[in-house]
Amino acid sequence: MNRKILQRFLRHRLAVASVLFLVLVLLLAFPLAPLVTSGDPNRIDFKAIGKPPSIDHPLGTDMTGRDLWSRLVYGGRVSMSVGVVAVTIYVTLGVFLGSVAGYYGGRVDGLIMRFTEVVMSFPTLLILITIVSIVGPGLFNSMIAIGLIGWTGIARLVRGQILSLREMDFVTAARAVGTPQRRVLVQHVLPNVIAPIIVAATFGIAGAILTEAGLSFLGLGIKPPTPSWGNMINEAQQLNIIETKAWLWLGPGLMITLSVLAINFIGDGLRDALDPRMTLD
Amino acid sequence: MNRYILRRLLQALPVLLGITIVTFTFIELAPGDAVMAMILADMQTGGRVTEIDVEAMRKQMGLDQPAPVRYFRWLGELLQGNMGERIRSKLPVATEIGRRLPATLELMALALVIAIVVGIPLGIVSAVKQYSWLDYLLTAGTFIGVAIPSFFAAIIAIYIFSLKLGWFPTSGYSTPGQNFGFWGYLFNHAQYLIMPATVLGLESIAGISRYMRASILEVLRLEYVTTARAKGLSRRLILARHVLSNAMLPIITIIGLRLPSLLGGALIIETMFNWPGMSILYIDGVNTRDYPLIMGMTLVSAITIVISNLITDIAYSFADPRIRYE
Repeated sequence: MNRKILQRFLRHRLAVASVLFLVLVLLLAFPLAPLVTSGDPNRIDFKAIGKPPSIDHPLGTDMTGRDLWSRLVYGGRVSMSVGVVAVTIYVTLGVFLGSVAGYYGGRVDGLIMRFTEVVMSFPTLLILITIVSIVGPGLFNSMIAIGLIGWTGIARLVRGQILSLREMDFVTAARAVGTPQRRVLVQHVLPNVIAPIIVAATFGIAGAILTEAGLSFLGLGIKPPTPSWGNMINEAQQLNIIETKAWLWLGPGLMITLSVLAINFIGDGLRDALDPRMTLD
Repeated sequence: MNRYILRRLLQALPVLLGITIVTFTFIELAPGDAVMAMILADMQTGGRVTEIDVEAMRKQMGLDQPAPVRYFRWLGELLQGNMGERIRSKLPVATEIGRRLPATLELMALALVIAIVVGIPLGIVSAVKQYSWLDYLLTAGTFIGVAIPSFFAAIIAIYIFSLKLGWFPTSGYSTPGQNFGFWGYLFNHAQYLIMPATVLGLESIAGISRYMRASILEVLRLEYVTTARAKGLSRRLILARHVLSNAMLPIITIIGLRLPSLLGGALIIETMFNWPGMSILYIDGVNTRDYPLIMGMTLVSAITIVISNLITDIAYSFADPRIRYE
């Protein structure tokens, strides 16, 4: 069973290449970061302010004189963490609300689904801006805010799956032998929903990284001097920087794009591997 | 049909009410208020405020009342068609939004048109030439279109098309202080509009063409297509007459689903291109803790989304005779 899934995943070459790429990015961003950089992404080199790539600074320096290679590496740490933590929060919320709604049905279901509708009717970025600018920008707040908004898709997915699983024979059988409700839900129903959740969560991480980047770009996400890929570009908004100092925005922009691309490919590969029927084409 | 529309609108009311409550709660839960935001701003410019001033200012702004009282007062005014006034400048919120909303809607509308006009043909080509190099190229393009952050796409567009090639202005709404006449103005304005609208529509182009491709491939597998082929109809004829109209149906829903993210994306694009839409107003409102403005703008956005969802569903029922709402 599991070997089959792995085999199918390995056949998706882009997904495999993406895994390798992301492993490299994560290794650089987490354990290797102090080894491959000077160790401090905020150290200022007064002799090199806004300088193009050189031997001392392989990716150049920003307008404050900080080494862009270090900031890119440590920024990866921040962007990746935000993505993973925010999605963990909203998958937990979504699975909980979705399974309660789907399994218990009736008034509980109606109430939860109405609430889901309310949250879904917000333009995500608008409400995120409201929350973050009020509780204050920052790493922790960005994670929480994205986590609090993103759960609706997962909740609807889980609810839909459970509604159809609930009527299946094995669930009726489990109930017939007197298994308590909660145990039927956790041990018999939920394991069957895991595959689509994993796929949705993978795409979700990509989305959360993009959202964080957008917030930070607007100056409402990760607060400088802590580097994140989004706020590094925020510092490169003026036209003269766009025109004459491309190294300031090209690196972080490419890293966001490539990471999101890689995560989406992995999501695609996982979808093919976990459930061949779910493919788009 | 009329009854259906009426019922949907009535169903939307509790959702909209919920949105106002959630937004208000967020604003209330956070530490500080409009007066504190104002004092902070003043302190940064070197002003001084005393304790008595704070209480007086709160009272003057009506902030001394408990939160539920203020919420219901706001709601009562809203039901009479009054969205209130901005806390500091006392300008009517409705006027402020009315001045900014058209530019945002203009940007969103053109982005959507571009996404449809470009996305659907790309999806068709991709499906018809499935597994060709063109299909792979377009598929790669859609993946990149989804992955690239809009502000990065905007910077690249500005770098190439404004700064290097000089085709379009870098930012703004139109060239100020010149008298072009009507057509001249329109042409001038279009030059400012095209780049932000295209960048905003990029993600939707990718999404729409991806779904169009999948949708066509799905319809191609259906039995009536096999029948048509067995009758000896040409591939082109089958595609044009039998496949496209059916494959297009789910796309209507996809287009409708894109609107919330299009509105969010507009915020970033407007900041990047200095577009005089809702973005600047919204960020200003949030920074000054101007709750009537925040509430008003959230509500207007939510209404936009609710109405566009409704239009999507109605369009769907017109397009697909199998679906009938009583």
